[in-house]
Formats: sequence, structure tokens, C-alpha cells
Amino acid sequence: MNFFLLSLIKAVVVAFVLLTTLAYLQWVERKVIAHIQVRPGPYRVGPHGLLQPLADVIKLITKEDLIPPYTSKFLYLLAPFIAVTMALISISVIPFGGPIRIFGDNTWMQLTDLNIGVLFVLAISSVGVYGIALAGWASNNKYSLLGGLRSSAQMISYELPLSLAVAAPLLLLNTLSLRTIVERQSGYYLGFIPHWSIFQMPMPQIFSFVIFLIAAFAETNRIPFDLPEAENELVAGYHTEYSSMKFAAFFMAEYSNMVTVCAMTTTLFLGGWLPLWPAAAGSEFLPTLIFLFAGAIALYHGLNPVRRRDAYTFPAVAVVFFVLALIFLVPMLRGALLPLFWFAAKTGGLLFVFIWIRGTLPRFRYDQLMAFAWKFMFPVAVVNLLVTALLVALFS
Amino acid sequence: MNVILFLIFAAIAVVCGVNVVVQTHPISSAISLIGVMGSLAVLFLLLGAEFLAAVQVIVYAGAVMVLFVFVIMLLNAGVEIRQGRALLAQVLGIPLLFAFLGLMAYFTRSMFPSGRDVRFGEFHYGSAADIGRALFTQYLLPFEVISVLILIAILGAVVLAQKELD
Repeated sequence: MNFFLLSLIKAVVVAFVLLTTLAYLQWVERKVIAHIQVRPGPYRVGPHGLLQPLADVIKLITKEDLIPPYTSKFLYLLAPFIAVTMALISISVIPFGGPIRIFGDNTWMQLTDLNIGVLFVLAISSVGVYGIALAGWASNNKYSLLGGLRSSAQMISYELPLSLAVAAPLLLLNTLSLRTIVERQSGYYLGFIPHWSIFQMPMPQIFSFVIFLIAAFAETNRIPFDLPEAENELVAGYHTEYSSMKFAAFFMAEYSNMVTVCAMTTTLFLGGWLPLWPAAAGSEFLPTLIFLFAGAIALYHGLNPVRRRDAYTFPAVAVVFFVLALIFLVPMLRGALLPLFWFAAKTGGLLFVFIWIRGTLPRFRYDQLMAFAWKFMFPVAVVNLLVTALLVALFS
Repeated sequence: MNVILFLIFAAIAVVCGVNVVVQTHPISSAISLIGVMGSLAVLFLLLGAEFLAAVQVIVYAGAVMVLFVFVIMLLNAGVEIRQGRALLAQVLGIPLLFAFLGLMAYFTRSMFPSGRDVRFGEFHYGSAADIGRALFTQYLLPFEVISVLILIAILGAVVLAQKELD
């Protein structure tokens, strides 16, 4: 099979998985927020609201697509396009796993590996600001304009600590290619502490990790930094004047940025697809155990049904879990599934933190946000970078 | 393939560059300038200077131009009105433009003889490691001097801005 066809297949698979994840991430977010606020969340469309994303997509496609008068039409249409394109592109350099064999061809579980991968992601994310800034300006609406202004100021300010926080682990790992970054984090201290950037000697990158995560919240316009779309003061911020699929494009861009940022954090700090403890100590059986446990719980509830239909639905769910547990034991699929499991688990955990914080923290005031970026985050990031550089120069 | 891509992006860069001057609205000019930066980055990439390409996008398209757009939005600058052009500019503008282009072509031809044409894929020193090594060994002094110069410029801007506030 030639290179072109293989790349095409990988691109289609990655795009399909990413778009499905984006649709269901919104369902997960609504469910988690709902449970934090002690209410059930979406429940009507499908079992536990599982078909809600589909219903939302149908709703957004069939809504009237309105272009308000007195806008600059070209920029108004260009803005959501830029936002969603720049948000989706970054996934192409993220490595999901090690080398695999498909139909006799060796390939990597990654679309492409650039030797400037980290810089590529930073460049794409810095261009993504235009989507929001132009949307705010082109809408010819004071709330949109304020949202766009806030967003561009916020993103410029937080890009500095973000880049400095990225630079520190790069000093340890000494490469810009994302695949090599993950490979250099393999191995264990004392047989059980992984060589991930956040644990790696001579300077564990815990501070960089925290700074990166905080700046990432600001870069993706999430609570507590979601001032560009603060609804109590700005209606909906930069996308006030957008309807139908153009509104959906901004929504998709926001969730896609979240996925990208979490995948980047996983790759840079948490060892990408590498397991938490060595395979010799049984890390390869963890997914099987998790699915077996989940299946056992479902089976228990099926045997002691609270409602009448539980006697049929829970055993069915249990069978699905047991099949998944067995799939992780098949030697042929294992090589591909285990890295995917670890990558998805870490990225998913970080995504959960994003949602959790949205359900927990209030919003900053705008001056607090700027003061926090320039007077706290930036100096801490600089000191962290200098200390890391010193220790790396002394000990390696 | 490389030559075709080069021609496409060179054409985009030139068209966007002309558009910066032709457009009457500052935002449209700024967007065109971003187009120039982006296509320049692709040209760098084609020539093998991958680090420079990434930095071009991060610094110019991603930071400097965002500030430009930010300021234009903040001041809410409107459409510029075209002033009536002077008679001299109307009569001599286009001939002078061609004369200038001719001079440029002549000097480029004479300074870089035809044996030293640019070839795609010949340059292999564009990676981050190569640039870093060059900056911190061969060009260390100019590099540090420039950083001090930029610091002075920042301090000067702060002092000037504070005078206005008082």
C-alpha cells in the first residue's frame, strides 16, 4: 500500500474520531456540570441523553442562517472559518501511539511528525486568535467588539507564559519533534517512577505543568478566564451576531482547542502514550481490569434491578464491557490499543479537569486577569525557565 | 512541485503586498499584511528554513499583527478618504515605478551572477539546533547587542508614554 493511501486513511480516521469526540465532549460537559450542580442534565433524547449531540447538530443545521446588515461581509464569513480551521489543524502533529503494522506496512499512530512540531502547534494557535478578533470586529456590535478586544488582549498576554512553560521541558528533552518528545520520556527511575517531564531529573517540570495548564485555560477562553464571552456583561461576546452553523463553528473551535491543549499537555508533560508504570509490573492489564470491573458492576445492578427495565439493559451493558476487556487481551490488537488507551486516559483526565473547574470556579474580573498574567504568571515562568536551564547545564 | 508552490505563494505574497497599499480600510490592510507574512513563511519552508518559517508565523503573524489589529479595533479607525493626488504623482508615478523595478532587476542581476541561482532542497542548516548554535557562537555579540537595543526601545516607549499621561 503506498504512502499516499495510508496517509489518507489515517487522516480520515483521525478526523472522524476527533469530530465525534467534539460532539460528545459537549454531552460529557453538560452531564458533569449537571452532576456537580445536583441535577440530571440532558435526559430526553436517547438513553441518558446520549443522542443529544445529534439532536443539537440537526437543530444548528436547520436554523435560519442570518447575516446581519451593516457588517463587513467578507470578514464576517471568514472569521468562523479561520477559527475552526486553526483549531482542527493542530491534531495532525499529535502522536497517539508508537509504531504499528497495517496490512504489512509499518507506520506510526500519528498523522505526520514535523521536526518543528511544538513550534507548529504554537504558530497555529497564535493565528487562531484572528478568528475571534475578526468575528468581534466584523459583527458591527459593541458587545461583539468588546469580546473580540478582550480575547485578543488575553491571548497575547497568556501566550508568553504558555510559550515559556513549553520551553522548560524542551530544555530537558532537547527536541522539537512531538514523537521524539514522547520517546525521550520513556523509562523508569527505581523501576516505578516514570521519566515523564513532570518527574524527570534534574528539574521535575511540575511548575511548568501548572503554568501551562493555567495559561491553557486562558488560551481556550474557559472559565475562570472566559471574559470574551462573559454573558452577564457582553451577551455572548464575540459570537453574539452569529447564528446556525457559523455559531456552531465557534463552538466546535472552542472544544477542539480544548482537546488540542490537553493532548499537548499529555505529550509534553505526561509522557504521551507511555504507561504510568512498567509493563513488567502489569500495566498492560489495567484496561482489561477496568473494563472487567465496570462490567461486574453493571452485571450486579442487572441482577438486582431497581426498575423493571434494568434487568435487560444492565446485562447488555455488562456484555459490552466484557467484550471490550477481552479485546484488550488480543495480542494482535494490543500493540495499537494500549498506547491509545494511555493517551486517551491522560487526555480525557485533563479534559475532565477543564470541565470540573468550569463547575467550580467563578469568573475573574478583567483587571485581575491581566494583573495575574503579567505580575504573577510571567515572572514565575521566567524564573522556572532559568532554574531549569541552570540545572540542565550543571547536571547533564 | 517546489517551483509550482513557490510561484503560487510568491504570487500570493505580491498580491497581498499590493493589497496592503490599495485597501482603504486599515483592517483590510492589516489582513493583507498577515497574508504576506503567511506566504513568506511558506517560502521559507520551501527553501528549507523551517525554524525561520515557524518563527515568522509565531512572531509576525501571531503577535505583531495581532497587536496591530488590536489597536485598529481599539481606536475604531474608519475608512480612509482618498485625497486628490498631486499632478506630479499622477503623471510620473507609473513611469517612475517601472524605472525603479528596472533598477532593482539590474542590480540583482549584476550582484548575484546567474551561476548562483537558488535551488530548492540545497540548504540544510535551517533547523532550530543549527540556528541556535549560530546565534550563540558566531553571532553572539550582534545577538546580544540587538537584545539590549530592543530593551532600550521598550524603556524609551514607556518613558514617552508616561510623559503624555502626566
